[in-house]
Amino acid sequence: MRTPIKDNEAESAQFQRRAVLSLSLIVVAILIVLARFGELMVLRHAEFAARSDKNRVKLQPLAPARGLILDRRGVILADNRPAYRLELVPEQVADLDATLDALGEVIAFDAEERERFLELARARRRFQSLPLKLRLSDDELARFALERYRFPGVDVVPYLTRHYPQGPLFAHVIGYVGRIDVNELSGLDAKRYAGTTHVGKTGIERHYESALHGEVGHLRVETNAEGRVLDELDRSPPSAGRHLYLSLDSRLQQAATDIMVGKVGALVALDPRNGDVLAFVSVPSYDTNLFVNGISRSDYQALLEAPGRPLFNRALQGGYEPGSTLKPFVALAGLELGLRTSSDAIYSTGVFQIPGQTLTFRDWKRGGHGRVDLIESLAQSVNSYYYQLALELGIDRMHAYLSTFGFGAPTGIDLVGEASGILPSRSWKREKLDQPWYPGETVIAGIGQGYNVATLPQLAAATAAIAGNGQRFQPRLVNAERASFDVPIAPKPPLPVGPPLVKNPEHLLAVKQGLEAVMHGPTGTARAAARDVNYRMAGKTGTAQRVSRTRDGAEGTTGPRREGQRNQALFVGYAPAEAPRIVVALVIEQGDSGSLAAAPVARQIFDAWFELENAP
Amino acid sequence: MTFPANWSELGHRLAWLLPVRLDMPLVGALALLAVVSLIVVWSAGGQSADMVVKQALRFGVGFGMMFVAMRIAPGTWRRWTPWFFALCIVLLAAVLVLGEGKGAQRWLDLGVLRFQPSELLKLGLPMMLAWYFHDRVLPPSPQSVLVALILVAVPVGLIYRQPDLGTAVLVAGSGLFVIFLAGISWWWIATIAVLGIGSAAAAWPFLLDYQKARVTQFLNPDADPLGSGWQTMQSQIAVGSGGLTGKGWTDGTQSQLEFLPERHTDFILAVLSEEFGWFGVALLMLLYLFVIARSFWIAANARDTFSRLLGGAIAMTFFIYILVNSAMITGLMPVKGVPLPLISYGGTSAVSLLAAFGILLSIHAHRRV
Repeated sequence: MRTPIKDNEAESAQFQRRAVLSLSLIVVAILIVLARFGELMVLRHAEFAARSDKNRVKLQPLAPARGLILDRRGVILADNRPAYRLELVPEQVADLDATLDALGEVIAFDAEERERFLELARARRRFQSLPLKLRLSDDELARFALERYRFPGVDVVPYLTRHYPQGPLFAHVIGYVGRIDVNELSGLDAKRYAGTTHVGKTGIERHYESALHGEVGHLRVETNAEGRVLDELDRSPPSAGRHLYLSLDSRLQQAATDIMVGKVGALVALDPRNGDVLAFVSVPSYDTNLFVNGISRSDYQALLEAPGRPLFNRALQGGYEPGSTLKPFVALAGLELGLRTSSDAIYSTGVFQIPGQTLTFRDWKRGGHGRVDLIESLAQSVNSYYYQLALELGIDRMHAYLSTFGFGAPTGIDLVGEASGILPSRSWKREKLDQPWYPGETVIAGIGQGYNVATLPQLAAATAAIAGNGQRFQPRLVNAERASFDVPIAPKPPLPVGPPLVKNPEHLLAVKQGLEAVMHGPTGTARAAARDVNYRMAGKTGTAQRVSRTRDGAEGTTGPRREGQRNQALFVGYAPAEAPRIVVALVIEQGDSGSLAAAPVARQIFDAWFELENAP
Repeated sequence: MTFPANWSELGHRLAWLLPVRLDMPLVGALALLAVVSLIVVWSAGGQSADMVVKQALRFGVGFGMMFVAMRIAPGTWRRWTPWFFALCIVLLAAVLVLGEGKGAQRWLDLGVLRFQPSELLKLGLPMMLAWYFHDRVLPPSPQSVLVALILVAVPVGLIYRQPDLGTAVLVAGSGLFVIFLAGISWWWIATIAVLGIGSAAAAWPFLLDYQKARVTQFLNPDADPLGSGWQTMQSQIAVGSGGLTGKGWTDGTQSQLEFLPERHTDFILAVLSEEFGWFGVALLMLLYLFVIARSFWIAANARDTFSRLLGGAIAMTFFIYILVNSAMITGLMPVKGVPLPLISYGGTSAVSLLAAFGILLSIHAHRRV
């Protein structure tokens, strides 16, 4: 058999024959396809045109009603009120710019609202109805009704708008809802939010957005060729969002706000038995209703420039130098780690030096406090006791022990944006400042100064752990919910954090005695605040100065106060001392000392709460 | 890369990018298809600027791939072919072992990208057969045809096992075209046709339920108008109501009122039909026909057997997609997820098609003189 030779020319000719054949078949096939299109589009056009005309059933989303927010006694803190808004369907408007110009003469909206609308119009589908202006006034409604014929594709639509009856009282807890903006659109489930215009922006509204929102419903409608609704066919109703019950008591919240009026500061009150937040105050505050339907630029500017920065949530995001309020926890570390017994005493001369170093650290009392044991060290807030103890503990053990009480990490309270504070350690300093740790920093860390930063939820939760015999709870604002008012309230179980912290109950007892001595002892720093009280309270004051972040700041912070220096007055405490039902952590910025500015506020809160507890 | 010192240097660099033998008619026609795609996607996607921008970016990537593929000589493509084919087979086997997908295992998740290896075979199999025939005397001997049929059967069998009957048939088709173009005798063609029809009939009892459903639904779409026949019915209503001249751009009620499912992907031709009418469809088909004819012309003038067969197969495969998609839109074929080439919204198909046309452009640049 002869071996065939590859002949490129012959193969090419052969390929060309096959290619021409293929191409001819392809032309025939395309003609057949076009004939089939012709059959449907020309011969049977009338039949399909009629069927297409009947095909005008559209699915319209029905927005669910947002869940209500109520306080522990059922007082409504956030509800929904009927209002009207202006909507526009871009597809049905020939010249969008001209229409917006003409519309602006009937109903005033500013350039910002216009820009926001145009942005939304670019992102959503053109046949969707988009809100142009929310919450029309009666005047605007009347004017538009007269001019309506001029604006096809523009309509007034009733809706439910969020309302906060208590205004500024709960601004920093509940937060507010606002219009969905373009950036949020991509993060939301498009189906679930098809009919929704507002979304939680801050506070409870944001943290519990998913529960509050509810499930979208649908309306099947028949429309004409332009998409106008002719008839309603059937509907699957939306299911409203869940109603949330806060552990807050609006009466206590009101009382606390009244007590702190005119000041700049914050307060967190907890029930140490379950972590329920009883009051959550940051002053000054602002009216969240301004934000719901779009805040005007001038209003927003005014809030930004207002004294005391009302938009800043001090109770959640404020970081404060804990100062002496950290001493009970350092004392507990000394007892639990076996470095001290409660009767061990030191002698305070008024100055303290690290052996072999010349740097001096002072007591707040010139000449010193003399011989003090643990209880006296708390009652009189003796720095020397804690300088010495911190030095013996060392920063590593101190960091490890204090972090079990939750310092240096968010407490997990159910709000978005909680600050984590700083509980300094060697590795923290290496990472943040790229510097080694110095012994002098350990000394001032023992009195809560130096790099220490704590938040009010941390101080409150840690103090509650002492008040509650070592059991920590995650602070929480929502302690019950219900799917509707036809079903019973479903309480949420408390959220304990880890096992009880204190191994020896006697250690806890000693610290508690110290804290009681602060209020009731003959030498207690806050004894003035507890005068004539008909129950026993316990607590610890703290005074921090804002200029205190340098290494030698230890002297400045404890020396005599100079004019113009701004103190931050802190107080942590609980009552009644023997079986605590309320814990308070509070700060007054630009205040006097902790004993003079902060402790009396706590006393008034306790008084108010015990009175309210017994009230109907 | 430094900035060119003067304009003539810049000119030289551009000349490197665009060789003298660039086939402008083909590139121009492909670019025109991309423009048509963006116009229809704007309407089908509900006038969303986002979608148009995304699709434009995909075309950018696709044309980039095309220019890269064009810079690689056909000889280099040929040398890579067996390795590429082997890789495809390994990936297909991997899908069977560890793939994922709804019901059928089609997808391979490589962490950064998920893709269907079966898509690669639509180019990989014709390449392999062209490589095989390149060194053989044509028309092929019976032994060569048998080897070629085995080369077709292996990947097709693996894809069928996934199970993905539709892709298996398309991949088999792309392979059989090469054998046909290689000059196989008509006796062989008749034999294979008889065997094919016979095995299809014999396979019917072994088809899976969803595969049978597709066929029965296609045979009688009105039987269950809200079930599997819904798409076919709505698609035909969209097409038929378009008439000769269409309802106008973005005015198609079937598409805009959301009756038509998958209107921006597999059913985009129905949107085009509804809004631009029969004339619009005819113009699109003419554009497609031009691309196919030009591709055959390039293949016919190719330098060697590999380039010829591969070029022809690319043109044929491109046509088959058009045919299957239009047949599906007009209810002539069961619903099958085949996009309309270069028009449907989506990246995989557009990018891989443009890369294949890049090979065709490379074949053109190295044609016989």
